[in-house]
Amino acid sequence: MINSLVPLPIVVPLLAAALTIVFAKFRVVQQLIALASLASIVAVSVALLAQADDESVVIMDAGGWAAPLGVTYVVDRLSAIMLVTSSIMLLVVLVYAIGQRGSEATHPAFSPIYLVLAAGVSASFITGDMFNLFVAFEMMLAASYVLLTLGGRPDQVRSGMTYVVISLVASALFITALALLYSATGTVNMADLAERIPELSSGVRTGFSLLLILVFGIKAGLFPLFFWLPDSYPTAPGPVTAIFAGLLTKVGVYAIIRTQTLLFAPDSQQGTALLIIGGLTMLVGVLGALAQDDLKRLLSFHIIGQIGYMIFGLGLFTVAGVSAVVFYIVQTILVKTNLFLVAGLIDRHAGSSRLSRVGGLVRSAPVIAFCFAVPALSLAGLPPSSGFAGKFALISAGLDAEQWLIVSVALLVSLLTLYSMTKIWAAVFWGDPEVEPVQVEGRTGAGPSLMVAATMATVALSIAFVIFAGPIYELAERAGNDLTNPAVYIDAVLGADR
Amino acid sequence: MTVLLAFTAAMLFGLGTWLLLQRRLTRIVVGLGLIGHGTNILLLTSGGGGGRPPVIGKSDKSEFADPLPQALALTAIVITFGVTAFLLSMAYRSWQLTHDDVVADDLEDRMISRRRRDSDVADVEAADLERQSDSAGDDE
Repeated sequence: MINSLVPLPIVVPLLAAALTIVFAKFRVVQQLIALASLASIVAVSVALLAQADDESVVIMDAGGWAAPLGVTYVVDRLSAIMLVTSSIMLLVVLVYAIGQRGSEATHPAFSPIYLVLAAGVSASFITGDMFNLFVAFEMMLAASYVLLTLGGRPDQVRSGMTYVVISLVASALFITALALLYSATGTVNMADLAERIPELSSGVRTGFSLLLILVFGIKAGLFPLFFWLPDSYPTAPGPVTAIFAGLLTKVGVYAIIRTQTLLFAPDSQQGTALLIIGGLTMLVGVLGALAQDDLKRLLSFHIIGQIGYMIFGLGLFTVAGVSAVVFYIVQTILVKTNLFLVAGLIDRHAGSSRLSRVGGLVRSAPVIAFCFAVPALSLAGLPPSSGFAGKFALISAGLDAEQWLIVSVALLVSLLTLYSMTKIWAAVFWGDPEVEPVQVEGRTGAGPSLMVAATMATVALSIAFVIFAGPIYELAERAGNDLTNPAVYIDAVLGADR
Repeated sequence: MTVLLAFTAAMLFGLGTWLLLQRRLTRIVVGLGLIGHGTNILLLTSGGGGGRPPVIGKSDKSEFADPLPQALALTAIVITFGVTAFLLSMAYRSWQLTHDDVVADDLEDRMISRRRRDSDVADVEAADLERQSDSAGDDE
C-alpha cells in the first residue's frame, strides 16, 4: 500500500503555484512548471484510480492522526474517477490557455492562480472531512474569483461581483451548516458523521439534508439557485470559462452526491425533492438556453440543464441511478469543456460569439465545425455519442424505478437541447451573419495550433469515451455500488474493528 | 451566555442579510462581514459552554473548553478576511471604472427583455437596438 500518493494532487499544484510566483518574470518557465505539475497529477490520479479500484477505498491520515480526530484523506472509486477526469481537463485547458497569446491567460498571475484552483478542485474530491471540504471549496473559489476578474474589465467586475457575493453567501451557509452539524453530532469527519447522524431525530436529519443540498446547490447551479451562473461565466477569458463550466459546478454536484449518499440513511434521503429539483433544473436550463443569442451564455444555460440530469439520477437513489450519474458526470465534464473551448475558437476566429454576428464557419473554418459537431451531438444525446450512452443509462435507471414523469421531462429536454444545438449549427456554421461580422486582422484559419490541438484532444477523449463506454460504465457501476453501500467507506475510514 | 450569543448571531445574520440586499457594493461588503461574524459566533457556540483553556497540565481535562470549534472559527475568520479584502479591491476597481459602486443589471438580460418587448418591431430595427446596447455596454 503506497498511500503517500493520496495528498499529491493537492500538494504538487500548491508547490508549483509557489514556484511559478518566483518565476513570474519568465513566462516560459512558469508555463513549463504548470504543465509539468498538472501532467504529474494526471499520472498520480490514474495510479490512484487503479489502486482505489483494487482496494475500493484508499486512506491517508494527515499528520498521522487517525480518524475521527485528524483530517482524513479518502480516495474511493468516485473520488478517483473525478480526480482523473478533472486533472486531464485541467491539463488540456492549460495547453489551450498557453496557445491563446495576448489574452488574460498570459498574465503573470494566471499560472499560480490556475494551479491553486487545481489544488482546490483535487482537495474537494479527496477530503473526508466536512470542514476540510469547506477549506477546499474556498481555495477553489478564491482562485476562481481572481481568474474571473483577471482582466479588470467593466463587465468582468460587474459579473464578478454577482459571482463573489453569491459564493460568499453559500460559504456562510456552509459554515452555518457545519456549526449546526458539529453541535448536533460533535464531529466533522464524514465517516464519523455518517455513524452519528442516524442517531438524530428524523426532523433534524431532514433539515440537515436540505441545508446541505441548499449549500452545494448554489455552487452546482440547481433550480432555483442558478441565476448567477449564466451572468458570470461568459465574461471570463475563454479557457477560464471552459474550466469553470467543466469542473466547478461538477464539484458542487460531487459534494451533493457524497453527502447525500454517505451521511443520510435511505429514510432521510430527499429522493422526491431531488427529482423535482432535477426536473425543474433541466427544464429551466434548456428553456433559458433557447432565449439566448450569445453563444457562451447559451452554453452556460446548458450547463444548468446538464446538472438537472445528474440530480435526477441521484434522486432515484438506486444503484443503477447513482452509477448512471457517475458515468454521466464524466462525459458532461468532457463535453462541456470541449464546447466552451470551441466557443473560444469561434470567438477568436469570427471576432464575436453572437449567433446573429457569426456565420458560414463551415466554409471558413471546417476544423472548428468538426470540433463543435462532436460535443454538440453528445450534449443532445444522439447515438453514437458519449451523451447518448450517459442519457441511456440515466433513463433506463429512471424507467426501472418507475419514475415516468421525470423520464418524460428528461426526454423532452433532450429534444429541446437538440433543437438548441441545431439552432447554433444553422446560425454559426451554415448561415450568413445577420449583422456584418467584425473582421479581425490576421486571424484566418481555425486559430493557433496549440488551441486547436487542445480542442481536438477533448474531442478525441469524448470519442474514446464512447469506444470504451463498456469498461467505463462497469467502473461507474462499481462506484455506484460503493455509494449506495456507505458501510464500505465508513469501515475503511474508522477501521472495521471499532 | 449561550442565549445571549445566539441572540447576537441572529442579529448579525439579520442585519447582514438586509445590507446584502442593497445595490451598493460597500454595503454588501459590510453585510457579508456581519454575516461572517454571525457564522463565527455560531461556530464557537457549537462547542458547548465555556471552560478552561485546553492546555494539558494546566487544568483538569473535564474542565476544558472544546478547542475544535475555536480552530474552525479561526480558519473561517482568515478566509473571510482574505475574501473581504478581495471584494473591497473589486469595489475600488468598480469605482475607478464608473465612479460608482452600484451593481448594474446584466447587459444580456436587459437585451433579451428588450427584444421581447420589441418583438413586433422589424428585425432590422431589433438588430439596430442590439448594436446600440452593445456600444452602450462597451462604454460602461
